[in-house]
Amino acid sequence: MAKRIDVSDLNIYYGDFLAVEGVNVSIEPRSITALIGPSGCGKSTFLRSINRMHEVVPGGRVEGKIVMDGQDLYGPDVDPVDVRRQIGMVFQRPNPFPTMSIYENVAAGIRLNSKKMKKSDLDDLVERSLRGANLWNEVKDRLDRPGAGLSGGQQQRLCIARAIAVEPDVLLMDEPASALDPISTLAIEDLMADLKERFTIVIVTHNMQQAARVSEQTGFFNLNGVGQPGRLIEFNPTEKIFSNPDQKATEDYISGRFG
Amino acid sequence: MSQTSTAPVATGSSASGGPRGTRRTGRTGRLARWAPWACFAGAAVVVGVLWPLFDLNVALFVLYTVVLGTLAVYLLTRTVEGSRQATDRLVTCLVVSAFGLAMVPLVSLVWEVVSRGAARLDGEFFNSSLVGIVGEGGGAYHAIMGTLVITALTTLISVPIGLMTAIFLVEYARGRLKRAITFLVDVMTGIPSIVAGLFAYALFAIFFGPGIRLGIMGAIALSVLMIPVVVRSAEEVLKLVPNELREASYALGVPKWRTIVKVVVPTSIAGLGTGVTLAIARVVGETAPLLITLGITNATNLDPFDGRMATLPVYAYYQLTQPGVPPQFATDRAWTAALVLIILVMGLNVVARLISRFFAPKSGR
Repeated sequence: MAKRIDVSDLNIYYGDFLAVEGVNVSIEPRSITALIGPSGCGKSTFLRSINRMHEVVPGGRVEGKIVMDGQDLYGPDVDPVDVRRQIGMVFQRPNPFPTMSIYENVAAGIRLNSKKMKKSDLDDLVERSLRGANLWNEVKDRLDRPGAGLSGGQQQRLCIARAIAVEPDVLLMDEPASALDPISTLAIEDLMADLKERFTIVIVTHNMQQAARVSEQTGFFNLNGVGQPGRLIEFNPTEKIFSNPDQKATEDYISGRFG
Repeated sequence: MSQTSTAPVATGSSASGGPRGTRRTGRTGRLARWAPWACFAGAAVVVGVLWPLFDLNVALFVLYTVVLGTLAVYLLTRTVEGSRQATDRLVTCLVVSAFGLAMVPLVSLVWEVVSRGAARLDGEFFNSSLVGIVGEGGGAYHAIMGTLVITALTTLISVPIGLMTAIFLVEYARGRLKRAITFLVDVMTGIPSIVAGLFAYALFAIFFGPGIRLGIMGAIALSVLMIPVVVRSAEEVLKLVPNELREASYALGVPKWRTIVKVVVPTSIAGLGTGVTLAIARVVGETAPLLITLGITNATNLDPFDGRMATLPVYAYYQLTQPGVPPQFATDRAWTAALVLIILVMGLNVVARLISRFFAPKSGR
């Protein structure tokens, strides 16, 4: 079910301002791809353009193609809402719905879309998703308590459970562990290693060591100067990026000469 | 010029000795905590002694006491503690006096209405109308029911319109359209209530001829006054919903309208309930529009589409201005009607607070 994503000649705009230029990349299914680079160089913008969340920002638009298993996500008759049902996203700060319980949060993707499901099926789905997010044992006794009453790491895992409950093809993660302590970060990284069996995962991270730990492929984004658009400088297997990168800029960033 | 004490004894603080501080350490002394109160008490004594001499009354007594006491506190603090603390105390005195001054009309109003209105706060007042009453007896049942019916109708009209306008402004509108709507809503908040009443009257007079009086006209007039209040408060509450919640919902593939209905509005339901309740409290006592759109009647009429209805504010108005002979009974009824109105508004405010507390998103563990 995990799908492959091919990006060709992607330009991303905020109004008239070109934020990211000329991205060409192929993202492998059933693997973890990491996007690294200094702040403000377009990694999150690129990530959000994959599931068409970039358009939510007023003035956000995209030129170029993103093709997922033969389907152009930006095709003229493609509904962004459908795209987002197939591509899930986890955000930097955990954002469980405050008016809903833990159970309802995980089931939100189903319930809010008014998909009819028998109660027993929904219970199974919630349990599977919470187990998949490594949260089941901690919350199985309090599924009807508010979702906002958990710790930061638990909330983030709840958001991951919520995202995988709708069984997307691709899971996008925008710095999922940057707001968490090291123990929770470890839990999230272990979780990603489990999830990659079922999903394609793309993760944006500021933490280079995290990218080195978890990903198979890594992409390095950079800016050429202030006010310049961000570009994908290099995209290679993770081992190569961190030991013997092709581009000098990549090597400079990895070794900490800037960034 | 600041004066730091270089005397070997002074380390900046002296024990709070006698009530007037220790002059020895001069400006680094400390007054006792009850020193300001003692100043005011002393001032009260002084003015009290002078009262018979100058033929004062209570108001002047209070005024002179406050002025004299403030002066005493300022001078005392200045000599003992320093000019900064003295200014501090002076401003505190001024602020508290201003607060007291602001409280005077409120307390006086509540006192007047309660003392005069309590006389008729009996079962008959709440159970009977004015049918066949000349002089003693009678009640305001028809007026109370009329107020409730009209208010309910107004809420029914205003809340959906106001809420949807607020949602449009926050979630959908951009640029010129948004500015235009916001401006128009701001203008609407300033419409005088009589103008709203005239608008409703003129509108219905076109279709039904002059002299028309209907409950629904009053509801429409009050809606014109209530809608902008609902829009303003709903808009503020909706803007407070963090954007990341909307993004989380969009990322799950939920369409925008469902996100609004099932995530944004439930998250802000406490604030919306409070805003609506306070908007109701604002219009429930409007008299001018109801005077010209509903008129008054002595009998109970609960049908808003069938002629005149009685409402509490208009009832009070007519009881005061056309009391008949002897006027005392009508005047009593008017005061009690005013008291009931105040209690109604206070009740609505309490309900608003309860809504806010019980429906806020919980974060219990």
